[in-house]
Amino acid sequence: MWENWKVNMKNEINTFSDLLLICGQKNKRAYELVQEKEAFLLDTSIDEIRLKVKKSLDAMKNAIKIGLKSDEKSISKQCGDDCKKLQEGFKAHPALFGDLFEKITTYALATIEENLRMGKIVACPTAGSCAIVPAVLIAISEKFNISEDEQINALITAGLIGSIVQTKVSLAGAVAGCQAECGVASAMSAGALVQILGGKEKQIVHSAALALKNILGLTCDPVAGLVEIPCVKRNAFLAVHAVTAAELALAGIESKIPPDEVIDALTQTGQLMSPLLKECSQAGLAKTKTALKIEQKIFNR
Amino acid sequence: MKQSSLFDIISPIMVGPSSSHTAGAVRLGILASNIYGATPKKVTFKLYNSYAQTGKGHGTDKGLLAGVLGFSVEDVRIKNIFDLPEAKEIQYKFEFLEDFNRHPNAVDFIFEGTQKMIVSGNSIGAGNVEITKINGFSVKLSGEYNSLVVIYKDKPGMISKISGLIQTEGVNIATLVCDRTAKGEDASMCICLDAALNYSVIEKIKKIDDMYVVRHVGKLES
Repeated sequence: MWENWKVNMKNEINTFSDLLLICGQKNKRAYELVQEKEAFLLDTSIDEIRLKVKKSLDAMKNAIKIGLKSDEKSISKQCGDDCKKLQEGFKAHPALFGDLFEKITTYALATIEENLRMGKIVACPTAGSCAIVPAVLIAISEKFNISEDEQINALITAGLIGSIVQTKVSLAGAVAGCQAECGVASAMSAGALVQILGGKEKQIVHSAALALKNILGLTCDPVAGLVEIPCVKRNAFLAVHAVTAAELALAGIESKIPPDEVIDALTQTGQLMSPLLKECSQAGLAKTKTALKIEQKIFNR
Repeated sequence: MKQSSLFDIISPIMVGPSSSHTAGAVRLGILASNIYGATPKKVTFKLYNSYAQTGKGHGTDKGLLAGVLGFSVEDVRIKNIFDLPEAKEIQYKFEFLEDFNRHPNAVDFIFEGTQKMIVSGNSIGAGNVEITKINGFSVKLSGEYNSLVVIYKDKPGMISKISGLIQTEGVNIATLVCDRTAKGEDASMCICLDAALNYSVIEKIKKIDDMYVVRHVGKLES
């Protein structure tokens, strides 16, 4: 198998169309190709690769578990108790969209709040967008009793989507805005969800494209330069966003703009966005009257 | 193009809140203290630009100290590091500065102890880091490779002596960056290797005449 992979190194999976082509030719699932490639590149076995993925998965579950119980504030004291508020809110008024919605949104807030209080999380793809993939993946897995093996497959699928986007654009708010962080995390989550719910590779790829299309131009304008406002709530919003993309793709709806061209659009949009809106907190939400007041409060403390 | 790995996307497992400002800070601290090569008596951390402005809110100060003390990026004790006994073993202080000729996330470590050493580096995104200067010499060190950092007297044959000893181990040199203050003065070499070097070779390199500093800096955990 390794030899096969070597021969096919020219078939690097750098685009969504490469992926669909190679999956078709080899009659393999996307996650199978990725674990073979990783084993080859890291000179190890597929079992070792899956174990490494499981470590990330376990760390994600642990962050949710701890985060759900905490309302400790962040270093800046601005955030940290939204997850608790939301859980109490759902006790009083169950979510309109049902218990899965409750799980996804509370898990997202639990994880991202753990992040900002310096708890242990998994950057996925970044720390500021770390809650989206775990919220979707773990909420669905619990709801439908998905086996650990299938959860690992889904997390590999999510990682593949991120790495395909990364071949064209750096996944950093400073380079391409939040579309490249929370936006990409949402696309990764959509693909993971489609994988878990039995969708095929084409649907995985289109779910990612649909999720990305609807966050193009998303700015990175954090208040006081901290991964807090609006990052915390955005993680919950974009976790739900991923579910919409997955549902559409599972119904066979495709992105009319081919998935690779959507990445091109994201890349170009990132380049055209003013640097003031890319992580430096010089515009947008970060320069609102209230943001400036918060900033002053934090830095004078 | 460098191959993108799955584990660039679904890791590292780290303490938050920021890969560049927290995990990157820890990794810079680990590399810098490995280059210093001993437990320092005192460290002054000079944080620049974004590291200075938003560092405290991101725990950059805690991360840098944690790295110097050898903590990993996923150590949950980092949050309370200033209260830990480990932190009380050394003296440290932080300076917050602005210098737009420097990288947005730049830091200098000024180590004092048996000797004085200044190590400079940048956090370049997604937890990736680079050490750019050691005592003013230009180097290129990312923690991606096992590396050898040497400072020595500039004279003919030094590069070949050192690389010769590395060759006896059958270890391949991935990249090599040299610098010097002036002809016949101090010179530096930063060698990234495809494998770790044996202790015995490092000892042999240390015994070459006119070597001032020899450090084997291990690869960072991914």
